[in-house]
Amino acid sequence: MAIFNLNINGTSKQVDVDPSTPMLWVLRDHLDLVGTKFGCGIAQCGACTIHLDGNAVRSCQLPVSAGEGASITTIEGLSEKGDHPVQQAWLEHDVPQCGYCQAGQIMSAAALLAANPNPSDTDIDNAMNGNICRCGTYTRIKAAIKTAAQKL
Amino acid sequence: MTTVNTKLDRRSFLKVSALAGGGMMLSFSWLAGCKPTAEEALGLPKEWFELNSYIKIGENGAVTLFNPNPEFGQNVKTSLPMILADELDVDWKNVFVEQADFYPERFERQFTGGSNSVRSAWKPLRTAGGTARAMLIAAAAQTWKVSASEITTAAGILEHKASGKKAHYGEMASLAATMEVPEEVQLKELKDFKIIGSSKKNVEASKIVTGKPLFSIDHKVNGMKYAAIVHPPAFGMKLKSFDKTSVSGMSGIQDVFSISLFKDDYGRNFFDTTTFPEIVAIVGNSTWEVMQAKKSLAVEWENAPESSFEVGGFGGRPNSKVIVPAGLENTSSHKDRMKEYITKPGNVVRKDGDPEGAFKKAAKVIEKTYSAPFLAHNTMEPMNCFADVKGDKAVIYGPTQAPESIMGTLVQALGIPKENIQINLARMGGGFGRRAYSHHMTEAALISQKIQAPVKMVYTREDDMTAGVYRPAYSATYRAALDENNNLLALHVKAGGIPESPLHANRFPAGALDNYLAESWDIPSNITIGAFRAPRSNFIAAAEQSFLDELAEVMGKDPIEFRLELLKRAETNPVGERNDYDAKRYAGVLELVRDKSNWNTPAAGVHRGVSAYFCHNSYVAEVVDTVIKDNKPVVEKVYAAVDCGIVINPDAAINMGEGAIVDGIGNAFFGELAFENGVPNKTNFDKYRMIRQKETPKSIEVHFVDSTEEPTGLGEPFFPPVFAALANSLYKATGKRYYEQPFAPQLEMQNLKM
Repeated sequence: MAIFNLNINGTSKQVDVDPSTPMLWVLRDHLDLVGTKFGCGIAQCGACTIHLDGNAVRSCQLPVSAGEGASITTIEGLSEKGDHPVQQAWLEHDVPQCGYCQAGQIMSAAALLAANPNPSDTDIDNAMNGNICRCGTYTRIKAAIKTAAQKL
Repeated sequence: MTTVNTKLDRRSFLKVSALAGGGMMLSFSWLAGCKPTAEEALGLPKEWFELNSYIKIGENGAVTLFNPNPEFGQNVKTSLPMILADELDVDWKNVFVEQADFYPERFERQFTGGSNSVRSAWKPLRTAGGTARAMLIAAAAQTWKVSASEITTAAGILEHKASGKKAHYGEMASLAATMEVPEEVQLKELKDFKIIGSSKKNVEASKIVTGKPLFSIDHKVNGMKYAAIVHPPAFGMKLKSFDKTSVSGMSGIQDVFSISLFKDDYGRNFFDTTTFPEIVAIVGNSTWEVMQAKKSLAVEWENAPESSFEVGGFGGRPNSKVIVPAGLENTSSHKDRMKEYITKPGNVVRKDGDPEGAFKKAAKVIEKTYSAPFLAHNTMEPMNCFADVKGDKAVIYGPTQAPESIMGTLVQALGIPKENIQINLARMGGGFGRRAYSHHMTEAALISQKIQAPVKMVYTREDDMTAGVYRPAYSATYRAALDENNNLLALHVKAGGIPESPLHANRFPAGALDNYLAESWDIPSNITIGAFRAPRSNFIAAAEQSFLDELAEVMGKDPIEFRLELLKRAETNPVGERNDYDAKRYAGVLELVRDKSNWNTPAAGVHRGVSAYFCHNSYVAEVVDTVIKDNKPVVEKVYAAVDCGIVINPDAAINMGEGAIVDGIGNAFFGELAFENGVPNKTNFDKYRMIRQKETPKSIEVHFVDSTEEPTGLGEPFFPPVFAALANSLYKATGKRYYEQPFAPQLEMQNLKM
């Protein structure tokens, strides 16, 4: 076990975990931030997407040590009141079905729009291709990203 | 108004004292993380009055409606309360929706499957809403000393116009809760619906987009332990031994033991399908630590002998004997064995006229064989469950489509009476049939019982994919007899699978042909299979509708016209008496999709295919438009026409249609699980290709037939027709027919990019 100091959603957190623990499980099991989801454990599905210094990363493959000194944002911290333009657009388009993948989708979409406020269809395809939605809500995800882009 | 007798579903009106005033149903889900927001809390009443199992009204007029059925993304948590709210006549804005726990004494049918939630709930929920409204009116009539017939309701307000008296429901709720349940109540006319038929947003959406803990995998209580499981690496194998000491020194590991799901004398129910009834459990302090130990645990496996057991029937069907053969199976030998059945006689499940005679005199016979592999469900939330078993009490909180079935399993496995087992229904991160088989709940419960502490058990993705209850592998051979003028004389289908046939004996095109023969076969296997979105239909529709397309071409007919001709025959002069579809409604969706897609005038460069299918009492026709772009087949657009009777929540219904179409395109292109010596050849999403944003159609249009018929299934019926609509469209694009699923490997062999 080892102590790690993390900055998550603007708050300093200290955890005492096995150094091999990926950020995903630090968030879920040790910090009770369970909005970040476990899907595959090998960075193939995107359910665990968080922001590391503003970039979308798969937290299941991010060692806890790599989070030290960085600014980490999870779905719980994307906006104070759940009103980030991407979250609002998701509500407007009533995107979710089961909802399990959506936090990861939203985090990927928010990072895309932060870097590219006016993405083309191809930009959206490329940025979102790492996020699987088993319910198949992709057409609504794309439409919501375009709506959010207009509001940003 | 329609008058209904409330005795039909008396169960929902039973008063259960434990629930008076709110109590336990509400409390669990609050604790599970669905705490009300400050804004919601302000609106919480001081006291709730229960009118029946589904409806509680607060003294301040707040209304809580219970969704009885398990939610897995089909949006019943929104659509079922909409039905209640409309008949209760309340404003949707003032409604709280709660997930009911498993409570068979109060609810009629807490099961998610067979696209049956709305179908089954339609009458009971309308009756429950209408009855509560009648009791509120009766309370107002008594209070105001006026006739009940003079009281009207609107948006949760009772009014007696003549005297000018008005009250909101909350003011009458305490008296209404004590009123006799009326013998008969009047329900709304369809034209008077205000909520049914108008789109309402998913009641959980704001929690979903902010990452609130909605799933059992998110659940945590003080003192909770974490568990992982280790299961045999291959179908046909079982546990021989394990060495606890191989992981006992590892960080955070508390215990390692094996669990057995079924006692020897237990009679299994229909949903007790489980791949590996004996597994090893590793218990520890965190998910990561138990997952690490899982990799290091020394376990020995051995080949399992043949076994057999009796399994209970489902939906009125009798018990059956299941034989699980011994051996380590291979996809290559499965394929060889399936090929043998093309020429072997099958079991005749339907015969009309003289098909053999027609084939003898045919000028031309067309014969094509279609196949599809095993599929894994791959729900995004892996199998998991929370359990807290102490002494003779158990609380189980997990994702299940079939709580009633798993209750029996839990009773035998734990040795605890059902009165002492509480099953709380978690929102499911996908289901698609997989979570009807809830062995994960028994596993978590047994682990908790052993350690006498709360535990959350989580499968890895690899566990989830390799210990599946898969969609079976199927094959179907279609033959058509034509005369010298290309008139269709007879049709013959012989279909089967591992381990079940996909054939529905009395479904179209049966009934449309004078000479028709349908035969089934099956091959036993130890690979476990189960329901997968539109079981059996999801394959036979692909085969049948691809064959009809090819047949239409040979006959020189437009594929929609050809289907409509067959349906006209089935409507006006049906062959046989057991046909299970309404030919006119079937034709209706084909006509609607023809209009909406401008079938006869596709855009330049667009290759279209059509398909239609009936299942779960609904009719769906789909047109898929494919273009070849940069040497890659791209699905540009899909049009769907559906007749599912009255649509409760149109935008949510469209969402489900879009999702099912995307699901179908994904599985048609990529879906495949093969086996080598009993071992699944894919373990995670690096190898198991799932449809992603890039392969999704650019747009999907869903059109509903305007209908006053009672609602029918929706979650499944959109799925089966996609496969053939895509195959028929790809044929137009490439000139090649696609007989074997998945299609991507064949497209790649044609030097197309996938």
